[in-house]
Amino acid sequence: MSKHRYDPQATVRAYIMVFACLMIFTALTVAAAFVDLGAMNNAVAMAIAATKAVLVAMIFMHLRGGSPLNVLWISSGIFGFVIMIAFPLLDLLSRNILGIPGK
Amino acid sequence: MSEIASRLQHHFANEEQQYDAATFGMWVFLVTEIMFFGGLLTAYVVYRTAYPEVFATASHHLNVYLGTFNTIVLIGSSLTMAMAVHSARLNQRQKLAVYLILTMILGSVFLGVKAYEYTHKWHEGLFPGNFFYAGPDAVHQRLFFSVYFALTGLHATHMIIGIGIMLVILRMSMKGRFDETWYTPVEITGLYWHFVDLVWIFLFPLLYLIQRHG
Repeated sequence: MSKHRYDPQATVRAYIMVFACLMIFTALTVAAAFVDLGAMNNAVAMAIAATKAVLVAMIFMHLRGGSPLNVLWISSGIFGFVIMIAFPLLDLLSRNILGIPGK
Repeated sequence: MSEIASRLQHHFANEEQQYDAATFGMWVFLVTEIMFFGGLLTAYVVYRTAYPEVFATASHHLNVYLGTFNTIVLIGSSLTMAMAVHSARLNQRQKLAVYLILTMILGSVFLGVKAYEYTHKWHEGLFPGNFFYAGPDAVHQRLFFSVYFALTGLHATHMIIGIGIMLVILRMSMKGRFDETWYTPVEITGLYWHFVDLVWIFLFPLLYLIQRHG
């Protein structure tokens, strides 16, 4: 029900394209896991997952062409999520860096 | 036209505003869901940072083939769900029913594989409990499996609820509640189902694909 005219054929084409991309990325993430990339393994897996997530959100969940308020709200949600992950890590990773017991 | 007018609640200026408000409301809910799963993901990140090697060893008890298969099934169900919303928008009632049923079947396949995996883990003694045993470093491997069962269990619960919602939508559609001017519940159900797919897109590499090269 967006302001733009709805094009059924283009929509179906976009859905199938996204599905194909998601399949390729799934194959890619499994293949990458079996290659030793050192510390990069996890970064690659998360980068691929994030790309897949953006594709699903933009096309399947109609963020593209939808209200910009949705994008603003989700961004603030992800920001909150990053804080939730980052602050415990800040604590965990900074323990004993001074070499003083209890600091 | 009178029927269309009756669907517009009096506190909205027009149909588009009503539709935007409904989808925004769903996105508000979905962000609370990010936080819901986020708490468990934080536990995962903290424990994996603390015991990276143990998490890799524990993760190798999971079957990559089943995990990959389930990922493909769930992404497939997202495609059929998107097609269901598309059919609803064009008021193609039969296609909507077919795509909804396909989505429910694919969702059930996912849950079936998950049930098989759970049973297997249970028999291997990998369910955190009195009889938990996973070889060396059992205490910390237990952390991985606690997080594994909590995350995938919460995810599977969401899928069961999603299938229930789809049954309601299917019934509403068969009663002729939707047409091209109003199909908002189908769109909202789609958002929910795609979100469940999104969660799995992250869970799959986090749980199944840790240091597989080693």
